[in-house]
Parts: sequence; C-alpha cells; structure tokens
Amino acid sequence: MAAVRSSLPLSSKVLTQIWSGCFSNPAKAFGIGLCSRRDRSTYTGQIIPPPAKYGGRHTVALIPGDGIGPELLNHVRELFRFSCVPVDFEVVNVNSGLAAEDDINNAITAIRRNGVALKGNIETNHTMPPSHKSRNNLLRTSLDLYANVMHCQSLPGVQTRHKNIDIIIIRENTEGEYSSLEHESVSGVVESLKIITRLNSLRIADYAFKLAREKGRRRVTAVHKANIMKLGDGLFLQCCKEVASGYPDITFDSMIVDNTTMQLVSKPQQFDVMVMPNLYGNVVSNVCAGLVGGPGLVPGANYGRNYAVFETATRNTGKSIADRNIANPTAMLLASCLMLDHLKLHDYANMIRTAVLTTMNETRLHTADIGGQGTTSDVVQAQHPEWKPICRRPRHDVCFAHV
Amino acid sequence: MAAALRGSLVTLAKGLNGPRLHQLGSRTLSLGACLRAPEAPPARADSTFKVTMLPGDGVGPELMTAVKEVFKAGDIPVEFEEFHLSEVQNMASEEKLDEVLASMKINRVAIKDPWEYKGELASYEMRLRRKLDLFANVVHVNSLPGYSTRHNNLDLVIIREQTEGEYSSLEHESAKGVVECLKIITREKSRRIAKFAFDYATKKGRSKVTAVHKANIMKLGDGLFLQCCAEVAELYPKIKYENIIIDNCCMQLVQNPYQFDVLVMPNLYGNIIDNLAAGLVGGAGVVPGESFSAEYAVFETGARHPFAQAVGRNIANPTAMLLSSANMLRHLNLEYHSNMVSEAVKKVIKQGKVRTGDLGGYATSNEFTRAVISNLAI
Repeated sequence: MAAVRSSLPLSSKVLTQIWSGCFSNPAKAFGIGLCSRRDRSTYTGQIIPPPAKYGGRHTVALIPGDGIGPELLNHVRELFRFSCVPVDFEVVNVNSGLAAEDDINNAITAIRRNGVALKGNIETNHTMPPSHKSRNNLLRTSLDLYANVMHCQSLPGVQTRHKNIDIIIIRENTEGEYSSLEHESVSGVVESLKIITRLNSLRIADYAFKLAREKGRRRVTAVHKANIMKLGDGLFLQCCKEVASGYPDITFDSMIVDNTTMQLVSKPQQFDVMVMPNLYGNVVSNVCAGLVGGPGLVPGANYGRNYAVFETATRNTGKSIADRNIANPTAMLLASCLMLDHLKLHDYANMIRTAVLTTMNETRLHTADIGGQGTTSDVVQAQHPEWKPICRRPRHDVCFAHV
Repeated sequence: MAAALRGSLVTLAKGLNGPRLHQLGSRTLSLGACLRAPEAPPARADSTFKVTMLPGDGVGPELMTAVKEVFKAGDIPVEFEEFHLSEVQNMASEEKLDEVLASMKINRVAIKDPWEYKGELASYEMRLRRKLDLFANVVHVNSLPGYSTRHNNLDLVIIREQTEGEYSSLEHESAKGVVECLKIITREKSRRIAKFAFDYATKKGRSKVTAVHKANIMKLGDGLFLQCCAEVAELYPKIKYENIIIDNCCMQLVQNPYQFDVLVMPNLYGNIIDNLAAGLVGGAGVVPGESFSAEYAVFETGARHPFAQAVGRNIANPTAMLLSSANMLRHLNLEYHSNMVSEAVKKVIKQGKVRTGDLGGYATSNEFTRAVISNLAI
C-alpha cells in the first residue's frame, strides 16, 4: 500500500520539475486576463503560461505522427484554410524510428506553449528495448492528460448492425496498466504493475459526472473487474461511488468488464456514459468504435487540467493504408471540430461538423472501410461547375473526395 | 464527395451570422495542402469582412482614403466602419470611445492612424489601447527593394510591450519642484510579452529573440523583465535567446543592424527603437505596424506620427498604411488579396518613377496611390 501511495503523484512530479525550473515564484498566476480556464493548475500548484492566442487567432501544435496521420492532417489544414478558421498550426514532427526522446520532448514543449494540439498517432516499435516507451503514452503522462473522452454515436448514412448508439466513454489515461512499471523479478516471471490511485480515480470519476451533467445525461456506468482485482479495481469502484453520491440527479451503476463487452455487442443502446480505468477503456472504446462503423469515423479527445490533445478515438496509425488515398478522414475532421469547440470557436466547429455529417449521407461517397467504393472520379461526376478545374489536377490533389 | 462537402459548407456559411464566414462561397478549395500550388484567385466575393477604421489626426484621413481607393480598385471583400475620433478637433468623447469599442467587439480587427495628443494625462489613444488590452506592438522593419538606404536588405522585428512601463500615466509632484513618474513592470505582463515574442518567432520561422533592457541601472524593474524573458525562453529550445542593453542596442542598430532578428522590450525603449529602426529603412512613411491583444488586432503605421504639418498638402507617403492594410488582409485569411496589395506597393517603389517627397521623389500622395492601383494584378 505504501508503495502505491508513493508513486501516486507520478505525473504531477514531472510537471513540477519542469515548471519549477521555469517559473520560480508559483504564488503568482500568469496571464490572468488572457484565459482564466488555463491560467494555473490547481492540481500541481504550478503556473501555466497563457495559450498562444493573439488578435483572435490561435496557434495549435500539429503532430502529424505516422501512417495516415500526415495525409489526414493535411486535409484538416486545407479545410481550415478554406473555411477561414482563425487557427495557425505549428507543425512538430516526431520521428518514431529514433531511440532518443528529443523529438517527443520537443512536441511536449510545443503543446505546453500552445495549450492545444491536434495529433496523428505515433508508431511504437515493439522490437525496441523495453526502455523505449510509447511516445503517445509519454505525451499523455507528461502533460497529465488524465481524461480520454470519446463520443460514439451512430452516424446517419452508415450501415451498421446496431442503430441509435449514443455512448460517451471516459477513460482514465495516465495510470492503471499503462504505468510502464514492469520487471522480471525471477527469471521467467514478469511482474507488470497496475497502479490505481485514489486521487486519479476520484478525478476521473468527477470528470465523468461533471460531463454527464453538462451534456444532460442520465446514467453513468463504471466498468471494472473488482471481483478479481478486489483492491485495485475495488478502489476505483469505491471512488466512483463516492463521487456519485454528490450527483443525485445522475443514476450510477457498475458493470464488470467482460459482461460489458458482451452487452455492448448485443444491446449497446442500454449504455449512456461509461467511466473506466485505462486498459478497459482501450478495449471498450475500440469495441464501441467498431459498433458505429470503425476507426475512421470516431474522434477522440484527451483533456488535462491545462492542456488538451485531439486525435482519432482508436489511435490507429493505419500503416497499411497510408499514402494510398483510401483512408477515411471523418474521424480526424471531427476531432478538429472538437478542437475548435475547445477553443470556443463554436461557429466554425458546427459548420465543419455539419458539412462532414451531410456528406456522410451520400452513400456513393463512402470509403471502403464503411462498405463504399468512394473514388476520386466521384468528384468528376459531382458536376459542380466550380470543380471542373480541380478535376484536371493530379489524383493526389483530390484525395479529399474520399470522405 | 468533396464537391458535396464544399457545397454544404457554402450553404451553411450563408446561414451563419459571423461576418467572417460569409465569403466562403467565393473561395476555391484546393485539396491536398501537401502539393499546394499558388492559390487561384477567388472569384468575386459575394460578401465581406467588416473592419473598424479610425482615421485619426494629421494625414491619417488622407492615408485612409488611399487604402479605401486601393481596396475598391482591387475589389477586396472588406467593408470599413469609420469612426472619427480626434482630440484636437474636439471630436473625442466617452460616447465615441464606447462606440468604437462596441464596433471592435464585433469586428475584432481595426485599421488606425495615430491621434494627436492634447492635454489630458492619459490620451484617448492610450485609453483605447488599455481598454482593448493591446499589449503587443509589432513593427516589422523590412528594406524596400529599389529604395536604397545606408543599410539594405534589413529584416528585423521589434516587439514592444505597450500597456505598462513608463506609459502607466502615474505622475505626481510629491514636493514642489519634484515630480515622480512611475515606471511599472509586472511579472505577468513581462511574461506575456516575452511569450508573444517567442510565439511570433516560432510562427514566422525566425531563429533568435533578443531582449532589450537597462537592467544594469534599473536592477529591479528591468531586471524582472529580463528574468521573465529568460524563463519563457526555456520553453522554446529551438530559438536562440540573447539580451542587450538599450544604449548599446541603439549603437549596434545604426552600425550593424543585421545581427538582430526579433527584438523584445518594455514600452519606452520600444518607442525609441521603433522610430530608430523605421529611420533605417526610409522613415515613418514606409514601415507598417500592428498591435495585438488576445482577442483584437489593430493595424497602424510603425512609427506613429500624425504628421500634422503635412495636412492637406498631399505629400504624405501612403506606403506604410498600405503595407499595414496588406498585413490586415493576411490576418483575415485573405492571403491572395494581401499579396496583391503588398506586391503592387513594392512594385511601384522598385520602379522608382513615382515616389513621394520623403523618399526623394516629387509625386503627390494621390499620384502614388494611383500608381499602386495601376499595378494591382487583378
């Protein structure tokens, strides 16, 4: 128990080290008038610089990542330019092939100074030595992005087995099985530590209930495996119960993770808001994404107290379909809408979101992953007079046609 | 699919009230930013951006007329909301200031010429600046090709804090014959301007930021400013950070200005350096400037002089104001129009046939404006 306690503020320690070096006087808040929402972390007591927003224009870190990330993010940039969105991007490339952590540290600093990032997934090489941590995980833990939020909703025009799915999944993002604490205590015996802390569990539960209230939801379901991991998941469950008592307007129940996955594929409509530790969140969110049409459709967001990073919900790199102009950009486009919402540019977010959803209604424009045959020639057939010149351009230039 | 997406975007944009969203219909969506060719000229705009215009005193109204004429000739989708607010002509009042502020709240962008100062401790210009919290002033000093000065090919950016420091308007006569003028430096605002400078450098791909100070004399005040700059610099490992004392900086600027890239400094030093640097490339008439807060942007001339002795004589140089308006267009996402205006101005200066008196020519302001218009590549 003591050991668990001591590793409790794992992520906050990282933050403290960096910021204590930078700003010596933590008593004063930095940039009060600019943006009260991010001026100081109450969790770590450290000063967070104001986000890069000048003259109404925001700067956002853009991490292209690997696989289909760069091409999808290029679509986002082009769409933003076309729609006159007042957002500038600072592109930070992370080379996943290098063992050194310089690249990812650069990316993390870029997010620290801009406050917000849009990101493609970064490939993690399994063959590297165990000391090589997942870049994505490193980014989340060092920025303390504790809440991963994913909204799975049946999209109009997409044929799936189940209809009317509307589930919000909230996943603890910084501890649990992803603590990167593994060792071989005796030869042939590996211990992989799963850390559940009271502080982080309360924090994620509170986030879930707050979000549920904000969105007008009725029920929050905690997903766990407390029948086996009586202490670890037991603590998580207990924390959820404690927080639930503060929200009498929202029904709280719990469900064991194996049963949850079964229920999800047989009767997904019964779920409303779900909250769970890290690994279960990973599994459940992939199941849910599959239910509504696959990884190409669902956006995801990671929120911390001071920073927010937006990406596709299932965090796939999609290496096999990279550069083939067949990836479904819906998820990334919707993620960019979430980002615009976070920046309080609601008009622009709604505009792009509605445009994307409207296009989903046209079956002939579906990509292969949702059973369509969307090809570039669709654009030619669209017969909009203003599109004629574009149709004569090389194939690559019209890859957007594959929404 | 893309066509459909574009179609629905356009329909949606028309349904929204945001003034900025209105002109989507006119722009081409060139897909695949990776292979972005030079942007095609947009067709006639079917609606416009609104911008607040404050012509100010002195030659301001003349310069604004030049801007309006060029915009009209270039068919640029910007509509101006004019407010005449002048202290010397007794046209300034609280109500007028409130009107301007209300207009700014909606438009978020303004184009402005300096006001002449009269009497009161805090001028209307400073009050506007404070109300909008326009904390950062940016002057990009760039040599104009074709107009040769002692130093050519200059390219440096001066960033000035302009809400505190010596401009706090806190002065009093504590004993008879003794006036105390307070210079205020705060940690919060110093960090804010330092972060602005580094963000600007990152965005524009610049490699060095130099903080200008006088911390050897004002150890606490300027010392704090310097310390804040150094702290913020740690967040930007890729940008080189240096500092220089103000007096030395002035000497270096006239001797070897090429060593500087982005300069960041408190209020009064910024005022002096802005003017000095403007002088290096041709004077107050050719250098554009801009002021930013988190929400608002104001575009003006780099060296703020009303130039009252030139009123009505048709000799003021519209270059600075036109370049500033081009910067404004870029800020509004009108990249194409922005290039059109700035290219035209640069072309006229490069040709060297039509120049105003301050650049050693004999042309009037009107002639210069007409030359710019005839060079617009529409």
